[in-house]
Amino acid sequence: MTLAGFAFYVFAIVTVASGLMVTVSRNPVHAVLWLISAFVGATGLFVLLGAEFVAMLLLIVYVGAVAVLFLFVVMMLDVDFAALKGELARAMPLGLLIGIVLLMQIAIGLGAWESASQAHALRPSPAPEGVHNARALGLLIYDKYIYLFQAAAMVLLVAMIGAILLTLRHRTGIKRQNVLEQMWRDPAKTLEMKDVKPGQGL
Amino acid sequence: MVGIEHYITVAATLFVIGIFGIFLNRKNVIVILMSIELILLSVNINLVAFSAEHGDLTGQVFTLFVLTVAAAEAAIGLAILVVFFRNRGTIDVEDVNVMKG
Repeated sequence: MTLAGFAFYVFAIVTVASGLMVTVSRNPVHAVLWLISAFVGATGLFVLLGAEFVAMLLLIVYVGAVAVLFLFVVMMLDVDFAALKGELARAMPLGLLIGIVLLMQIAIGLGAWESASQAHALRPSPAPEGVHNARALGLLIYDKYIYLFQAAAMVLLVAMIGAILLTLRHRTGIKRQNVLEQMWRDPAKTLEMKDVKPGQGL
Repeated sequence: MVGIEHYITVAATLFVIGIFGIFLNRKNVIVILMSIELILLSVNINLVAFSAEHGDLTGQVFTLFVLTVAAAEAAIGLAILVVFFRNRGTIDVEDVNVMKG
């Protein structure tokens, strides 16, 4: 077995096993950590496929942002996760049945699949020779797919505004700092100088 | 060189694991969201595998957009989850019936 083949099997086994552990682990914090492991395995698969840019992006976006967001929410919410796990044994047979049926359907579909004879000639944007993956992707995104790229940016903007709008709340009865009020406060109006004689109080 | 069939097998297995996870953790929204992330990851593996197989970069461009939508979905989903927990004190899926007529 070549080194690339060995690496593929290592990454594939890590990805699939971590994915399985995400679904069956009882502690959600462990599930998030297994999710990170699955993403790292998938990153290795992407590197083996020659898609370095997407691999690094997966590492940054998923491991750096999404998984940490999950971890943050899991740790912030004070949820009794044991109560949510109650009927695992009851849900297992149905889940297994549907999983096996789905796997067989995919296997049947892939068994009947074959690549079209003119598929190679119909490629919309063939990878240029002798150009790095990141550079080739950039040439494509900023040129041919610029509107889709802008649309993706809009999706992210709307998601950001939506997430802030959903979670922002102004609670009453809480003391807040008002910077402008502090800056405009006039010492002459709030301070009073008193001349206190020695030995006497005010 | 590992053939594309191997990558498709990994992606299909991961997809089925994601579906299985949704059925297994029907009450816990967080694990359901994580299962959806697994499903999207399997789709990305498929896209990149076919992109490498045909020497065509469109698959990788599409992977970028799937990644964008997945990140937005996670952010919005978790925000809704936090608000729901704040209002109801639970994240059990069976308690999500505020909008029931």
